[in-house]
Amino acid sequence: MAWRTACRGIIRAEVPPAEIQTRLVSRSSPSPARLFEGRGLACRRGERLVFENLDFALSSGGALLLTGHNGSGKSSLLRVMAGLTPPLTGALTWDGTGIADDTAAHHARLHFIGHQDALKPVLTVAETLAFCAALRDTAPDHVLPALRKFHLAEFADWPCRVLSAGQRRRLALARLVASPAPLWLLDEPSTGLDEASTQDLLAAIAGHRAESGMVAIATHLPLPIPGAAPLSLEKFAPRRSAA
Amino acid sequence: MQRFANPGRFMRLSSRVMPWCGAGASIGLAVGLYLALLVAPPDYQQGEAVRIMFVHVPAAWMASFVYAFLALASAVALIWRHPLADIAAQAAAPLGAGFTLLCLVTGSLWGEPMWGTWWVWDARLTSVLVLFFLYVGYIAVVNGFDDPTRGARAGAVLALVGVVNLPIIKFSVDWWNTLHQPASVFRVGGPTIDRSMLVPLLIMAVAFMLYFATLLMLRMRTAIVASRVRAARLGEIEVIPEPQGGHQAAGSVT
Amino acid sequence: MTAFWALVARDLRLALRQGSDAALVVAFFVLAVVLFPFGVGPEPQLLARIAAGVVWVTALLAALLSLDRLFQQDYEDGSLEVIALAPLPLEAAVLAKCLAHWLTTGLPLAVVGPALAALLRLDGAGYLPLIFAMALGTPSLSLVGAVGASLSLGARRAGVLLSLLVLPLYIPVLIFGVAAVEQAVAGFPIRPHLLILTALLLAALPLAPWAAAAALRPALE
Repeated sequence: MAWRTACRGIIRAEVPPAEIQTRLVSRSSPSPARLFEGRGLACRRGERLVFENLDFALSSGGALLLTGHNGSGKSSLLRVMAGLTPPLTGALTWDGTGIADDTAAHHARLHFIGHQDALKPVLTVAETLAFCAALRDTAPDHVLPALRKFHLAEFADWPCRVLSAGQRRRLALARLVASPAPLWLLDEPSTGLDEASTQDLLAAIAGHRAESGMVAIATHLPLPIPGAAPLSLEKFAPRRSAA
Repeated sequence: MQRFANPGRFMRLSSRVMPWCGAGASIGLAVGLYLALLVAPPDYQQGEAVRIMFVHVPAAWMASFVYAFLALASAVALIWRHPLADIAAQAAAPLGAGFTLLCLVTGSLWGEPMWGTWWVWDARLTSVLVLFFLYVGYIAVVNGFDDPTRGARAGAVLALVGVVNLPIIKFSVDWWNTLHQPASVFRVGGPTIDRSMLVPLLIMAVAFMLYFATLLMLRMRTAIVASRVRAARLGEIEVIPEPQGGHQAAGSVT
Repeated sequence: MTAFWALVARDLRLALRQGSDAALVVAFFVLAVVLFPFGVGPEPQLLARIAAGVVWVTALLAALLSLDRLFQQDYEDGSLEVIALAPLPLEAAVLAKCLAHWLTTGLPLAVVGPALAALLRLDGAGYLPLIFAMALGTPSLSLVGAVGASLSLGARRAGVLLSLLVLPLYIPVLIFGVAAVEQAVAGFPIRPHLLILTALLLAALPLAPWAAAAALRPALE
């Protein structure tokens, strides 16, 4: 993977603090397999039950593809996985421990990219990514490589208000590689992206999985993710009561 | 997962208890008002005007009590997510606001002959006024969102934030030099009020409490039935089959 | 701690680049105070008598106006979600935003307040107490305001609801803030009032972020 070698070269050329070196080392050495599981999950949005009795399992290097019509609960499931929405019933576990026991640790291990881009018009592209990295206690060293990955490096000093819709989406996705996290939760990530940018996204996902990361993607656009386990939300729709 | 659809125990219990509470409240109010207005002696200082006390003081007690109930229900709703807790809190809020308003108005009517003024900005009156605003704010927050669950959660947090006002109300007459009379019933050392006045006062207090209980149960039952109707409309629970039509199976309501 | 200061820095940067926000709040403060001599007449004794109260009440209202930008914009563009999903506890994030809010709203109000009090002919003994009282009281305004702002987030009439929620909770700060100045003018010691203002601030410091975070979580579901 040329980009990984290039990144390492760029980063090592400067004098990185010991913290970053440790991070790089742990990124490239094989990490133990992680398991993210959900059992018996049910979710309510407003007063409507969206899905029930849902199970899933995601392990290192794995990908989960959530499909279903509008309103079937794809976004809701991702929010439950992120810990934003508490499930009505059921439990989520990471390596056997419930995620509700330590929310800070759970947040530290995931990236959630939702429908909104979370961009401020007056901040520059580079400042936005540096802030997102700093929020996750990561040094801003990964910012420029992240911008390059999504071909945004030439816009690094532009304020966000002049970006097009596709560029805004790419910047939101660049957060994924600006700081490390084993679990990626993506809600319709390819919306508004052109062919080349979609390839950037797929490359990022593939690279992440190769480094023992895992990803759950909700999408209604076709996304060729090799070896992805499909999860159709329609199967878990609440049953209407019958005789 | 239709937790809110069948709080059966509460419905059964309240249908049995409510008539008794209602009867108790009516009798209590009748007896209490008779004693207060006709039998209790006039105060040696205040004369007949003291009879306002028999409405003002129980209303004040209920205002604080209902807020404490509201805060407790909100705590249960936030911590254990019990569905009845939200319903109880929202049912109690307008009742508490009513008691507070009654307390403020009767206090004002009493203050005019006694203190020579309709209102004074001392600690007790100001903190009860703040209590009234807290009730109104709670009702506004609960109804201010399109999503009712969101409103319920926000209201619960507000109710808990406002609890700091309760000790201020209670102890304001002790902590500050106020025009309002210090406590004469709930105090260390026992009540200082004469028995001929204490008895009607306590009867009125019990009557107010039973009245609150009756209305609370009524409002909660209404809220539960309303939520059942909403859930049935969304097709989530069985609809009881029509009596005519025999084998009409339970189905969703579209 | 990096995340905490990064959030403070970002909010400060946003406030500086959208500079008109903070300036508008101070402008409202000045305009509202200036209305009073027009309303009650220019008689110096009357103005001096009401100076402390007028300055405090208009500072409260100006602070109230600035509260909607505390969470509203972040909520609307999705940044609040990103902040809530950071390892930083939501309570700490709220505290960071309150700190930035105070630095860009409360502090300017506390600096301009004595100047406006001079406009209203406040007695000389009242200025130092006013500065201290506002320095102690304005952080409480930001903290308590954060609770109100988080409760009304996403509501239909969020602005009016915010005022209804926050103004009753501001009353203790108002009472003791004005009392500190008026007691100083009358020649009485003001230490008790300043101590109570400090106590209110110390109580608000842990409780307000906790309550605001509890109110923000349902908004982010």
